[in-house]
Amino acid sequence: MEALYLLIPMSIVIVFIAIWVFFRASDSGQFDDLVGPGMRILQDDDRPETSDSSVNTSSELDKKN
Amino acid sequence: MEALYCYHCGLPVLPASSWSVHIAGAERAMCCPGCEAVAQTIVDNGLSDYYVTREGFSPTGDQDALVPAELRLYDAPEVLEQFAEKDAQDAGVCEATFLVDGIRCAACVWLIERRLAGVQGVQAMNLNVATERLHVRWRKDGCKPSDILKAVREVGYTAYPFDAVRHGEQLQRAGKKLFRQVFIAGLSMMQVMMYAVPVYMATDGTMDVDMEGLMRWASLLLTLPAVLYSGLPFFQGAWSNLKSRALGMDVPVALGIAAAFIGSTVATITGKGDVYFDSVTMFIFLLLCSRYLELVARRKAASALEKLQYALPASAARMPGFPDDRSTETVPAAQLCEGDMVLVKPGEAIAADCVIVEGSTAIDLSLLTGESRPQRKESGDALPGGAVNASQAIVVRVTKIARESTLSTLVKLIERAGQGKPQISLWADKVAAWFVAALLVFAVVIFGVWHWIDPSRAWPIAIAVLVVSCPCALSLATPSALAAATDRLVRQGVLAVQPHVLETLYRTTHVIFDKTGTLTLGKPVVRNVAAFGQADAMSCVKAGAALEASSAHPLAQAIVNAARHPQGGDVVATDIEHTAGQGLEGCIDGVRYRLGSAAFVAGIVRREAPAAPPSGFTPVYLGTSDGWLARFDLADKIRADAKAVVEYFQAHGKKVILLSGDQDAVTQRVASELGIETAHGAFLPDQKLEFVQRLQLDGAVVAMIGDGINDAVVLRAADVSFAMGGGAALAQTHADTVLLSGRLSSVVDAYEAASQTMSVIRQNLAWATLYNIVAIPAAAVGVLNPWLSGIGMSLSSAVVVINALRLRRVPRAPAAVTREQGVFESQAA
Repeated sequence: MEALYLLIPMSIVIVFIAIWVFFRASDSGQFDDLVGPGMRILQDDDRPETSDSSVNTSSELDKKN
Repeated sequence: MEALYCYHCGLPVLPASSWSVHIAGAERAMCCPGCEAVAQTIVDNGLSDYYVTREGFSPTGDQDALVPAELRLYDAPEVLEQFAEKDAQDAGVCEATFLVDGIRCAACVWLIERRLAGVQGVQAMNLNVATERLHVRWRKDGCKPSDILKAVREVGYTAYPFDAVRHGEQLQRAGKKLFRQVFIAGLSMMQVMMYAVPVYMATDGTMDVDMEGLMRWASLLLTLPAVLYSGLPFFQGAWSNLKSRALGMDVPVALGIAAAFIGSTVATITGKGDVYFDSVTMFIFLLLCSRYLELVARRKAASALEKLQYALPASAARMPGFPDDRSTETVPAAQLCEGDMVLVKPGEAIAADCVIVEGSTAIDLSLLTGESRPQRKESGDALPGGAVNASQAIVVRVTKIARESTLSTLVKLIERAGQGKPQISLWADKVAAWFVAALLVFAVVIFGVWHWIDPSRAWPIAIAVLVVSCPCALSLATPSALAAATDRLVRQGVLAVQPHVLETLYRTTHVIFDKTGTLTLGKPVVRNVAAFGQADAMSCVKAGAALEASSAHPLAQAIVNAARHPQGGDVVATDIEHTAGQGLEGCIDGVRYRLGSAAFVAGIVRREAPAAPPSGFTPVYLGTSDGWLARFDLADKIRADAKAVVEYFQAHGKKVILLSGDQDAVTQRVASELGIETAHGAFLPDQKLEFVQRLQLDGAVVAMIGDGINDAVVLRAADVSFAMGGGAALAQTHADTVLLSGRLSSVVDAYEAASQTMSVIRQNLAWATLYNIVAIPAAAVGVLNPWLSGIGMSLSSAVVVINALRLRRVPRAPAAVTREQGVFESQAA
């Protein structure tokens, strides 16, 4: 049972690390749109991509929202 | 006959139509050229996969919405500045947020993003499905904002520029913070529970004192973020409540949290007594969850209003060539400069602070100052922006640039929609305040009593009493139901401006309809012109059109439209003077003309009136002092849904009455056709007002549905009023409710929403009362411990909010009705 004296303080540290990670993720906009990403992977173009590839619809603007 | 439905939008296809598009190897029938154009665009862009994966039919491709001229207004640099930001590094790159309507499934997202990717100059875009916001970055030299909006409209969606800086950010930040607080509280709750369970499970003597102490200290540490960060909203709420000397629902909650936390901390440090860290964290978490639910509901309600606010930039009719040339051009209000001449028609809001140059009129300042009576303004008087021109067309010179004035009008209207609280809600708040006060006293008494019976249980029981009581359910019951109902109504095209609408509508005993534009389409057409004198019919129409050019009355528009068909020299009328409900008078080439009812025109002609038209037509007479010139016979079509609406209200025990300024014969004909028993024609605004007031004296609760300028007074006098969306701006600002959809059946929607809302409110209040009656005594006798109380209270709040959210569901309307009406409208036009 002595291990608990080490494990309990460690669990507290891990919880605080989890809180820190969550705050960072939240700041970077991870949780702003929880619906869209799931929809985007469903679909393909029915015409091959043309040479114009300057446009991206990816996460570059996610921070803005 | 086989019924055929549009492949794009699902509406029935009329047998005679021949629109179709080749999709996925077959010809698909389309219901209208709008849908055909949208579908063709989708196929031409190589996006026909959309039809394979979509989960429902697409929004109807409204032909008018495809390429509206107003979109170009967004390209003006002044307007662009308002909604777009320049990129910090590259001045040629712009960024803006747009609001997109009608996103329903994955296929919509894909379609919009692919279509935009094909627009030249667009560098990056991101569509946030949850908030319906589209973020776009584009090169200024590559494309214009209107190209982006057009691209979105081409595939069948509507997009508006969205001013994120001004509005969304604050709301969004609040939502984000609450989400974080919920998350932290949840994390901390789960961890604390892990330390609490062993202590509960351990039988006496199996856990040594050091271990228990360690568990307690660990729980204390993990409860800290929950209390100090997640619990903030309760402490802040309680503090502001106390500062304003009111007892809100946050007070007992904050007291309960603080008491439990401090008690447990003391017990941990001294090593004596019980700890309730698990109850504290769970309580905070569950309460925050119900708050988060409420916020989501309220934000949904607000978002619908927000969309209205950004629908279009307010525009103005500028007269660049004044006074030599009286032609006008539509410009964004933001583009008006000092010294610009602007034509303001009756019923229009004044876009900027200005001075009258020509004409005199009455100005309605009620939105700005609260002064309800229109004020007389002459040439040379200054007018504030945002005021409404009540009686006659005027030409004004802009003295200050627009920016604030018109915007503030809109913002005020929308804020007014959210601010006020209806009676029933005020009542609930008052009850909740008393409830909290009584509760605090009760908790102290219970603490004292238990201290005497069993001192070790006094503390947890007092906490349980504080926590279990749910004034939240009491004061949440009404606002959450009203917010949900308002939101649903906005999505159905009904904007409730006043807070009491739903409550009053439910109690309504009499429903009064105006005729023109309300029961009828309000788009009368000139069917026949009878010329009496020297002038031929066409020149009479032209003279009439010149007189009516600046009037917003539907009859006026019909005459103007009649004159538009063949081209000819423009006739200009000046010194136009309106007489409400009668007609107007003006000067053409130095001759005074009168246009309007027979009695009014007879005032200048002074001869016997010519023969009346066959009954059922509305005659408008034209005359000068030399004699009668012409009679225009106008006829108006009854709305397709009018009969159903009238029958609905009659079936629900309301007395339906028709009041009209129109001739009695016409009014009676419409009334008998619709089955309305009481109908009065030829009523002037004053008479209508008197009629309504007399009903009210007899104890009737009157709902009035109308449009047009003449109705403003009556609309204000009625207990609850509706203005048709197509009506003049003045009527809208005076009515309690605006029917934005332009469909009469929206009144039925509103009534249904009202009765549903009232029953939901009653259910909620009953539930809150029942819960408190059962739970508080249970906690007081010690049956409930603090964490059970926490669950009970949160569940009770959640039940109330979720019950209210049921109101948000829009009942499915049969598509056929809208379609049918569309056909009628196109016939009438």
